[in-house]
Amino acid sequence: MSNAIEIRDVQKTFGATRVIRDLNLKVAQGERHALIGPNGAGKSTTFNLISGYMVPTSGAILLRDKVISGLPPYQINRRGLSRSFQVTNVFTNMTVWENLRCAVLWATGHRYAFWKNIDRLPEVRERTVQILEDIHLTSRRDVPAGLLTYAEQRALEIGITVAGGADVILLDEPTAGMSNSETERAVSLIRRLTEGRTLLIVEHDMSVVFGLADQISVLVYGHIIASGTPDQIRNDPKVKEAYLGEEAA
Amino acid sequence: MSEITLSAAPPRPSITDNLKFYGLWIAATLVLAVLPKIFFSGTSLSTFSLIGISIIFSLSYNILLGQTGMLSFGHAVYYGLGGFLAIHAINIIGFHKWPVPLPLIPLIGGVAGLVFAMLLGWVSTKRSGTAFAMISLGVAELVASSALILRTFFGGEAGVSANRTKLLRLFGLSFGPQLQIYYLIAAWTLICMIAMYALTRTPLGRMCNAVRDNPERVQFVGYDPHIIRYMAFCFAGFFAGIAGALSAINFEIANSAYLGAVQSGTVLFATYIGGIGFFIGPVVGAIFVTLLSLGLSDLTTVWQLYFGLFFIAVIAFAPGGITGLFMMHRPLIRTGQLGRVLPSYLIALVPTLAMIIGLMLAIETTVHYTVNPDEDPHIKPFGIPFDAASPVTWILSAVLVIGGFLIARRTWTRVGQAWDEASNASREKALAA
Amino acid sequence: MLELIVISTLNGVLFGMLLFLMASGLTVIFSMLGVLNFAHTSFYMLGAFFGFQISRWFGFWPALFIAPVLAGLIGAAVERYGLRHVHKNGHVAELLFTFGLAFAIEEIVQIIWGKSPVDFRVPPSLDFPAFTIFSTNYPAYKMFMLLVSIGIFVVLLITLKRTRIGMIVQAALSHPHMVGHLGHNVGHIFMMVFGVGTALAAVAGVIAGPALVTQSNMAGLLGPILFVVVVVGGLGSLPGAFIASLLIGLLQTFAVSMNGSLAGMFGPLSPDYASTWLSDIWNVTVAQIAPILPYMLLVLILAFRPMGLLGTRES
Repeated sequence: MSNAIEIRDVQKTFGATRVIRDLNLKVAQGERHALIGPNGAGKSTTFNLISGYMVPTSGAILLRDKVISGLPPYQINRRGLSRSFQVTNVFTNMTVWENLRCAVLWATGHRYAFWKNIDRLPEVRERTVQILEDIHLTSRRDVPAGLLTYAEQRALEIGITVAGGADVILLDEPTAGMSNSETERAVSLIRRLTEGRTLLIVEHDMSVVFGLADQISVLVYGHIIASGTPDQIRNDPKVKEAYLGEEAA
Repeated sequence: MSEITLSAAPPRPSITDNLKFYGLWIAATLVLAVLPKIFFSGTSLSTFSLIGISIIFSLSYNILLGQTGMLSFGHAVYYGLGGFLAIHAINIIGFHKWPVPLPLIPLIGGVAGLVFAMLLGWVSTKRSGTAFAMISLGVAELVASSALILRTFFGGEAGVSANRTKLLRLFGLSFGPQLQIYYLIAAWTLICMIAMYALTRTPLGRMCNAVRDNPERVQFVGYDPHIIRYMAFCFAGFFAGIAGALSAINFEIANSAYLGAVQSGTVLFATYIGGIGFFIGPVVGAIFVTLLSLGLSDLTTVWQLYFGLFFIAVIAFAPGGITGLFMMHRPLIRTGQLGRVLPSYLIALVPTLAMIIGLMLAIETTVHYTVNPDEDPHIKPFGIPFDAASPVTWILSAVLVIGGFLIARRTWTRVGQAWDEASNASREKALAA
Repeated sequence: MLELIVISTLNGVLFGMLLFLMASGLTVIFSMLGVLNFAHTSFYMLGAFFGFQISRWFGFWPALFIAPVLAGLIGAAVERYGLRHVHKNGHVAELLFTFGLAFAIEEIVQIIWGKSPVDFRVPPSLDFPAFTIFSTNYPAYKMFMLLVSIGIFVVLLITLKRTRIGMIVQAALSHPHMVGHLGHNVGHIFMMVFGVGTALAAVAGVIAGPALVTQSNMAGLLGPILFVVVVVGGLGSLPGAFIASLLIGLLQTFAVSMNGSLAGMFGPLSPDYASTWLSDIWNVTVAQIAPILPYMLLVLILAFRPMGLLGTRES
């Protein structure tokens, strides 16, 4: 099976600080892969590197065996990789409907078109409706995104991320700051929306991680110390020492 | 599934919506057509012409500021270049007797604006936000200074003039009389308004809004924000060029003032005062500012100061502009709650007006002493005579300003309270309905 | 030739230091408050006019101190009662507020002092040649300007490196989004930074007033060049602003002293082209294009280094 994402010997330094050291990671096609680790381990930086928000200092990142490191974010997105943000990052003055529609436009091939009436594009309309229903925001369709509740904004964030139909999805702490019931709903939403796609997820909530992931990698100080199935990770002594033990204590 | 799909999508416009929408445009057309029948004096015709040009120019500016979130201090560059190219085109076409009628000349100006926006825009739109604002200023200075060096093309201080009546005549129209020019400008204003409105409803137009709201996120849905900004910039340049060409036709001259900082500032003022958040805002602003500047300049010598102070007041107290103020009250009107705030407005208006009058009195008195100290102190700004030398005037002005300010501050707090009550009541009514 | 180089270098450094007096305040204000003060050169102009008026009443030396303090107080008031109020309406509103302010200040200055230049003279105690190089007398007043601006530069450097407020400013320069976490006195610091920044611009105005022309359009003339400086240097970078100030100071000063043109280099253009736009370009001298050189530099820098010389930030 080919790899959806492959990270080869990536380093990232900010000034004198090395945030990512010798990072190697493989995410197989169709896999749900969780990236865990203590605060400041470099999880968000890893996402920023993969999605093109930052350029690695050295090393390479491959998307389906093609090098993508060094490309700008929009080109990586066009190749079928989409990400969400840890801090909600939506178009605040636009309605939920407009938000989702913007996320659908490129993938439906309308690009920079200035000669088409956006309200008369059936496939855009259908896909937007589909996502709107998937994230259960139909009743909030005409509300500006900035006026949604926190949980609704997080759902919209996920909706925008998957709307373009990318088959590799990166979610950065999608349930952070949610109540238990909201988290449960978010997890089932993620499970449904990423069906048949590759998912790489950063998450702090261990019940979410162990409930959702097929594979888990543990990042500590910018380096992967262990990678394996949830059972393997649960029993790995290095992980216990560096991470899980810390939580238990 | 298909039923759910239908309910989840925004409803397609109903017949009444469509009627309203097209009715509005038809009404606008009728108003433009009938206007010169009611106000037929030469002054009103040239005022209307100026307003029409200003509407196109302000709407083109709002493609940048309101739609895409780009604050430009140099939009007059494309207006001016459109004007110069139009003047040269009239001269060349007239000289060679090419079969091009005058009504098509604005298109040449538009293409000129577009071409220069394409040339200068790529570098300018690389950055957004404050950097873009500064770059637009730098590029504007570059073009304005170059205009003074390239004297053959820009005609130095005097400018370049042309005779608009020398072109091919269509239907026997000479375009000499102002009435014909008015109709030419009105037609182009309507065409441009429709085109620019349509632009907001295309994929590009919506992505412009997305770039305005969050340029970072745009990159992660597949779009290059630089390209979006660049395309918005080109469209803005195109319509600005049309406006410039119409202005050149109107005055039969183009000079370096067309592309200068004052022109760039004026369009910014007009657009912002009208309101950048709504499509109609710049139209309102263009009408208001054109009338204001024509009216004020007759009444007082320092009208530009009043103008600047007014602009500052709009930014500080009504960032949505005139249209924004009106739109704020729409929900109240709809739910019949307007009556709750109106009395507090009227109360607040009295001390506020007193303060403004006091301030104007102080300004006019100062102006008298600094600008013409040797003349008769019985001055008549705004047609109101008073004695600038009399201590009574000074005391009155001080009392009005200080007293007005102190009382106004309290009354505006009351307005705030009344507003909160009214909007709460309005929200409850809307929910109940 | 050597004479030209020495004199132009001196003048260029002087102009550059004056620019930096303004650019430094502008940069620090931008980094801390997040707003580019469009009215910054208006405070430079206020400095010059206050300096002129106070010199008339009390002489130049008191003016050198009182004028910047007055301008700084006005600046602090603008921040406290204007900008802070507008802040909630967003960055565009803030920038436009300062734009409107620049417009209003120019009108007010025109009303009070008129449109023509005022007679702001070099004080007699400094009105003598400092030294003579080759055959040119270099005025003492220009040396004084140079010393004042270098002096302030040194004081600024020490303040920045050694004092608490300097540390805060430095932190703001490198982590602008952290400024909000400074604590309860953040409003106080903002007001002070704005006041000091505008006072620095006013110092430049007072000392430049007698040497250049004190006129109501001086803010509008210098404004765009100042913004070129901060964009070329990289928005929010003090060292960048310093390099760009000197670069543009030298560039303009050298260009003004050169009379070469394409016609001078390659001979006159054939008479066939005499009345075309080509002849405009052919005959224009370097000195004549000096005013547009900073803007050309801006376009070039943006084409190759969009962030500016030492800039790191997008916006």
